[in-house]
Amino acid sequence: MPEPGTGSGQAEGPAQRAHPGSDQGANSGPAQSAQPGSGQPSEQPRSPGSDTVSVTIDGRHVVARKGEMLIAAAERAGVFIPRFCYHPRMEPVGMCRMCLVEVKGPRGFSLQPSCYLAVSDGQEVVTTSPKVKKAQDGVLEFLLVNHPLDCPVCDKGGECPLQDQTLSYGPGESRFVEEKRHWAKPVPISDLVLLDRERCIQCARCTRFADEIAGDPLIDFFSRGDRIEVSIFEGKPFKSYFSANIVQICPVGALTAAPYRFRARPWDLDQVESTCTMCALGCRMVVQSSGDRVTRQLGMDTDPVNQSWLCDKGRFAYEALEHDTRLTAPLVRKDGELVETSWSEALAAAARGLEEARARGSASGVGFIGGARCTNEGAYAWSKLAKSVIGTDSVDAQVADGLPAEVLLGLPRATIDEACDADLLVLASGDLREELPVLFLRIRRAILDGRTRLIECSPYGTSLSPLAEVSLRPRPGAIVELMDAILADDRASDHGHAADASSGVAAGGAAGGGAGASGHLGAGGGAPASQIEAARRLISEVSSSEPHGRVVVVIGRSSLAEDGRILAEAARRLAQALPDARFLPALRRGNVMGALDMGMAPGVLPGRVSLDAGRAWYEAKWGKVPAKRGLDALGMLRSAAAGELDALVLVGADPLGDFPDAGLAKQAIDRASFLVAVDAFRTQGVECADVVLPVAAFQERSGTTTNIEGRVTRLAPKVTVPVLAWPDWMVAVELAGELGADLGMGSLDEVTAEIARVAATYERCTPEALAEPGSRDGIVVPNGPRDVLLPLDPIAVPGIESVERQGAPLRSGTASDIGGSDTDAGSGPPGSGVSRSEAVPGSDDTSASGAGLQAPPVLGVPAEPLDVHVPPTDAYSLRLVAPRRLYDSGVVMSRSPALSPLAEHLVARANPADLAHLGLASGDLVRLRSATGSLELEALPDPGVREGSVVVPFHSAAGEPGVRSLIDASVAVTEVRMETTS
Amino acid sequence: MELYPEKRSALIPICHIAQAEHGWLTPEVIEGIAELLGLTPAEVRGTASFYEMLRTEPTGRYLVSICTNIACMLDGAYELLEHAEERLGIAVGETSSDGMFTLEESECLAGCDMAPCVQVNYRYVGKLDSAGFDSLVGELAAGERDADIPPHGVLIRTPRRAPRAVAGAPSGGGRSAGGEQAASSGAAGQVS
Ligand code: SF4
Ligand code: SF4
Ligand code: FES
Ligand code: FES
Repeated sequence: MPEPGTGSGQAEGPAQRAHPGSDQGANSGPAQSAQPGSGQPSEQPRSPGSDTVSVTIDGRHVVARKGEMLIAAAERAGVFIPRFCYHPRMEPVGMCRMCLVEVKGPRGFSLQPSCYLAVSDGQEVVTTSPKVKKAQDGVLEFLLVNHPLDCPVCDKGGECPLQDQTLSYGPGESRFVEEKRHWAKPVPISDLVLLDRERCIQCARCTRFADEIAGDPLIDFFSRGDRIEVSIFEGKPFKSYFSANIVQICPVGALTAAPYRFRARPWDLDQVESTCTMCALGCRMVVQSSGDRVTRQLGMDTDPVNQSWLCDKGRFAYEALEHDTRLTAPLVRKDGELVETSWSEALAAAARGLEEARARGSASGVGFIGGARCTNEGAYAWSKLAKSVIGTDSVDAQVADGLPAEVLLGLPRATIDEACDADLLVLASGDLREELPVLFLRIRRAILDGRTRLIECSPYGTSLSPLAEVSLRPRPGAIVELMDAILADDRASDHGHAADASSGVAAGGAAGGGAGASGHLGAGGGAPASQIEAARRLISEVSSSEPHGRVVVVIGRSSLAEDGRILAEAARRLAQALPDARFLPALRRGNVMGALDMGMAPGVLPGRVSLDAGRAWYEAKWGKVPAKRGLDALGMLRSAAAGELDALVLVGADPLGDFPDAGLAKQAIDRASFLVAVDAFRTQGVECADVVLPVAAFQERSGTTTNIEGRVTRLAPKVTVPVLAWPDWMVAVELAGELGADLGMGSLDEVTAEIARVAATYERCTPEALAEPGSRDGIVVPNGPRDVLLPLDPIAVPGIESVERQGAPLRSGTASDIGGSDTDAGSGPPGSGVSRSEAVPGSDDTSASGAGLQAPPVLGVPAEPLDVHVPPTDAYSLRLVAPRRLYDSGVVMSRSPALSPLAEHLVARANPADLAHLGLASGDLVRLRSATGSLELEALPDPGVREGSVVVPFHSAAGEPGVRSLIDASVAVTEVRMETTS
Repeated sequence: MELYPEKRSALIPICHIAQAEHGWLTPEVIEGIAELLGLTPAEVRGTASFYEMLRTEPTGRYLVSICTNIACMLDGAYELLEHAEERLGIAVGETSSDGMFTLEESECLAGCDMAPCVQVNYRYVGKLDSAGFDSLVGELAAGERDADIPPHGVLIRTPRRAPRAVAGAPSGGGRSAGGEQAASSGAAGQVS
């Protein structure tokens, strides 16, 4: 344990955070993002300085950060102070008084709440005196006065901080003999969460979460005194994408989640750490099971990613695992019917079909769609199978819902932390709350805390609009013009020095002049000139400041009715104009970033290299790579619909349910002569397949996954695979074997190791490195791991571990925590003190096959503009905007009993002026007609929607006709007519 | 609302105005206030329900508060309370069906010298015995006390210059009496 004096020289932690974004390579050092353990994530000092004070806690000398709360400083020094209301990710409120300690003041020692008292130099603190003990006894006795003590029937029993702390710190006996307060129990406060007010101890964790973190303050304390209750306003349930987080952080059993209620007892649960793959954010979570069934998932406090929060979709999606449309055995089509068969027969059938297709045409007669549901290992194996064994480059993990891989992978990447700390954040994406919910939480907090400023650029208002300094509403299809208007004119403006500076707003935008849209001021994508001017001013203010302000651009698809290349071109121009800007892709599909990194896109090979640049390297490693660039998903479906593409392999993707142009998808699937589906569920695509190969789904798999920032984390299996399903990588390896090729990978670890060996960006992601405690938060490619601190709030992550943690906190023992005066004293697990900063990329593993070859260069920002033709607007039509919603009719969502009822029914939103112009009133039934189809639905006015466009969510609740019938993939933007149905 | 740098700070004054207008803070009124201030109805109700004198439950034209704290208790407060229940035909906490009276048992009203102390709409009506209570009820019902006891809801002695109606709040609260003139004449009001 730390001795007085050993704390000196520990102050370097925060000082190293001067410019976390200034050099990507520098991130691999011990420069921990200074948040863990600070207790005040919202008050990160950005500038260096000796912001530390020293305090004495129980006679022990502790160095703490200025402004941090005493409770946090003590905890880092190994002194656990009991608490209920304090949560390190939220503002302290000092409501429960459990954390009282004695602090010396001018008039001697007095009791003070340590969660509400900032450290100050020379402070003397005692946490275990008789006076403190008496206060703790008193607080607990009071808390229990009205507590029902129904632990035997309470979900929280066995992992309850109130139970545990009563046992450790309480009086053991109550003097209260009167009648306790009674409430009806439990009452639902949303579809997912139930409230038992008798158990509530009024800690305000739930209400603060709703307000501070989620921004949905739909629950509050009503009344006061002993009648106080947490409540919703009548008729206004706690409808939030994040509602179940309050169940996780409630320190008693007052809040319970409908899907978990009465399903298990904590001591029966077994748990592993894993990663959510419901979206591409990759929230870290604990998966718990009982009797081989997943019973609960809890957010892990992973500082750089989800900071302990999960969205409800990610949290409850596990229910789909048990859906009766799970595929449990391979199927082959016999006499028109899909019948169960053995793996050997199914693989043989698949191989035969693919061989025939290859024999009929060429290798490029076979296409692979999907891969974003795979693990990295699965994606790599499929990519290797497709590109080297079959020899086709027509592979695409994105189903026309992403961005061209060559552009996306070439953009300089930002981490989530960098986005939250950027001097300027440009959001060129849809509503993040719908796309990557927890990223929305992070960015919302960052803006509210004044850590970053926002320019928003989306054709409709989003959840972040109220926080944006500038909101640009480009006409669908016009974002390139808008970017030009913002960037191009700036070089003509009078910032003389910007022109010669290599960074700053330079003239790079001019290089894109060849593309369809040229940028004249006033064109501006139809955004008002004043807004464009404001955006331009903000950008030049940030980029001309000294040192250069950091600009991060979040790019994602705000509409699936628009060609993704338009956005890619806008991003490319931005990257050229602002060479220091970094990009954070807001793509949605679970492991889409991993799949792209593994080469599951036309024109690229694993490790973010282009087909041409990587040819020599991969010919040496794989033996063969495709001769020419293949087709993307749209191209493959078109080609199949035209009868050119013979065989299609669906790797966990279902164009019939997902592809924006429903008509084209149907034609393609109908015409493809041979269809293989690799899936976990019986989807529409599976029903049409000739061979169906069942695979393991989320909580059944091991492997790795890569999130939007390039963070590679490990998935851990918790439950067993249904009967005959296989891991995705194994299916590819066996199918290759059937085709007469040996992929050379016999186990998962061998696949992981091969990825690290051949894909230079992944070279640090060896199975061994990933297994180290220091990689608990994953490894950011290509930067390497950062230091990790285990969960900040020992009572915020209930479960088996937390029970142990209500003593002194565990830490990983890496050298980042300031003030933890014991960094070398070995309080962490042994073996975790790896010095990661010393690993030199590419130093020693060029010795394998292909010796002497240089690893190919990683993709950069393309110089060539993407040529997309956007037709001029048509005065009689509205442009269709089809954004994704979080609660959709996706494969998993629609199969999860708790979530599927939450999908909303479909409405069309349009600007009130447009509706008035058409003589329509709010709620009128309208018919939307496009070149490909028509759709009837209710129309609602929404002033956030740009004039001249109409917004219809991409997914609809299952069973409803979707907007996909309107989308026409043959044009860059879809125009629709809106008319009354009568 | 311009008086406050943060909109939210106007919440309690607005509740006062709304209550003066509507007698009590009906759900519709709460939703109206929330919309006006950019809050959720839950936040408005959370704040309003904290304060005893902001009423979030139906309240009659006259809120009769009878103190049962120690001095008053010794001087027959419980007997008076029982009598009041009988006379008004309602239990403590209830409102008479004609919407005229709400009966409330209260803690010390700082009028121990008038024990058992009674207030109507927070205006002292002094030490009362059963007969006194009955005649008070009669006077109130007949509108004879309108000059010194404004209808429930009016808390503020000096009316603020503020819009008469809270925007968005339908005036469906039932009680339409003009709060202002009553309040300005209510010099006896003991209000916060
Ligand atoms: S419901 Fe739980 S989290 Fe909310 S105030 Fe009560 S004890 Fe705290
Ligand atoms: S935000 Fe994405 S990764 Fe995080 S819990 Fe939700 S679905 Fe999962
Ligand atoms: S008062 Fe400090 S933890 Fe509640
Ligand atoms: S005890 Fe009744 S007014 Fe004080």
